Amino acid sequence: MRWKRIVSLYIPLGTILLFLLFPFYWTFITSMKPEHELYGSTVTYWPKELTLASYQKLFGEFNFLLPMWNSFLVATITTFVTLFVSTLAAYSFTRYEFKGKSLLMGLFLTNNMFPNVLLLIPLFAIMRSFDLLYTPISLVMAYATFTIPFSVWMLTGYLKDLPNALEEAAMIDGANRATAFIKVILPVLMPSIVATGVYIFIQSWNEYTFAVLFTNEATRTIPVTLKNLIGQLGVQWDLLTAGGIITIIPVCIMFFFAQKKLIEGMTAGSVKG
Amino acid sequence: MRRKNINIWPYLLVLPALLIVTFVVFIPVIEAIFMSFQSYDLRRPDKIAYLGFRNFADMFSDPIFWLAFKNTIIWVVFGVGLQFLFGFILALLLNQSFRGRGIIRAVSLIPWATPGVLIGLMWKWIYDGNYGVLNDLLIKLGLLDQGITFLSQTSTAFGSVIVTIIWQGIPFFAIMILAGLQVISREMYEAADIDGASKLQKLIHITIPSLKNVIIITILLRIIWVSNSVDIIHNMTGGGPSYSTQTLSVYIFNKATVLDLGYSSSMALFLMFMLAMVAVPYLKNAFKER
Repeated sequence: MRWKRIVSLYIPLGTILLFLLFPFYWTFITSMKPEHELYGSTVTYWPKELTLASYQKLFGEFNFLLPMWNSFLVATITTFVTLFVSTLAAYSFTRYEFKGKSLLMGLFLTNNMFPNVLLLIPLFAIMRSFDLLYTPISLVMAYATFTIPFSVWMLTGYLKDLPNALEEAAMIDGANRATAFIKVILPVLMPSIVATGVYIFIQSWNEYTFAVLFTNEATRTIPVTLKNLIGQLGVQWDLLTAGGIITIIPVCIMFFFAQKKLIEGMTAGSVKG
Repeated sequence: MRRKNINIWPYLLVLPALLIVTFVVFIPVIEAIFMSFQSYDLRRPDKIAYLGFRNFADMFSDPIFWLAFKNTIIWVVFGVGLQFLFGFILALLLNQSFRGRGIIRAVSLIPWATPGVLIGLMWKWIYDGNYGVLNDLLIKLGLLDQGITFLSQTSTAFGSVIVTIIWQGIPFFAIMILAGLQVISREMYEAADIDGASKLQKLIHITIPSLKNVIIITILLRIIWVSNSVDIIHNMTGGGPSYSTQTLSVYIFNKATVLDLGYSSSMALFLMFMLAMVAVPYLKNAFKER
């Protein structure tokens, strides 16, 4: 029985996990290897010496803080704007019956179908004519193309699960709709809003295709900077991997806190539907 | 009781989201349709003019376009297909109970939250011809005599980027399918046990049919995402060597970055049309159920 479990569970699971996680391990130790070891004649699987030199260089010579700040700014604004408008829309979809509701919901749903590269081209021209190109706002707008449809869909799912009786009780006690929403619904919904926000933040933090065309030297976000480092440095893998590790740390931390709720929301529609 | 006159509140609440989406999605799509009929090249802004169907005619006689089209099909079929296969296996494994399952489940999702640029970069380093770990491993295992430059020869480049997209997509399939597995009622399996069904029979007759919905939705979403994905290929190979890894979306992106917006719009519309053909039957269904 024990052997059977090892063969049917631990070995395949271990193999898949090794495949999924090894690239992260490899990136991490590459960022900590001294240059002579990195480009030595033998590949070492555990570095003989550990050094933080590449991290110092990244922040010293290459001012990695600027793209980090730019990414943070864009991701934060996108998250708050998206959450605000999407929560209102989701509330409307779950608490009211009105003419054209299914059409409107359908509009948000079909949004996911438009390829980024399709929207990229006219958005570039539009941003250019409004003089918004190379500002953080242009990225926030571009990211709304995929964050709003996704968030409306997620939040509608979460809100549907909250019984109407909750706010109705409050409204019988004399509260109006807005107060009932803020006092009763919002606190219960908060974990779901946070999880959706984490997803929006990660997506915006990671986005590359729009960011290449919509940013310049001053407003460049992390993914574009990483890509440019490849161009500038050729094969300085210690610096590149250090940049990669810095990029993914905040993503991982947020993701771990929100993953349970997030998965619940993402899978709910398809499992029930 | 509800009053007869129309309640404007639901519309007002949807309005902000709708306005933004109109401005950043619907107007641009219409704009893209206009652009696809023009010679809209920002390197020659004085020459912007109506072209009729010329861009589309050029597209259909462009051998690079057809190569990109073929590559997109291969990219999607193998990429999504194998993501599904391994994601399914991972979900079945994670559905068993063992110690530390919660943590393992969370950890195995990290590839999905990783930026495409970083994915491209990590794998480019793994595939590196001189110092890459993959070559070292293959040589140590005796499978290779000397290192291969995986990403710069046409015979291995596309396979290598496809492995990368599979790596990225396994977690998403796994969580979706895992969620589906967890709502299948135990009683069905118990009944099958009484009838003496084998493990494989239970998989084919209970598990897979119960997961039909989840599987269809997830495959559909992945087809859309994978065919639209630009960042991984763009950062690993840029579409080369000699266009062997260039999918349609990468080709469109490359054309857009050199500001040939008219031609790239035509191709983007074509891509959208292809995706719509895949997605519309599903969306129709989703609509009916609402």
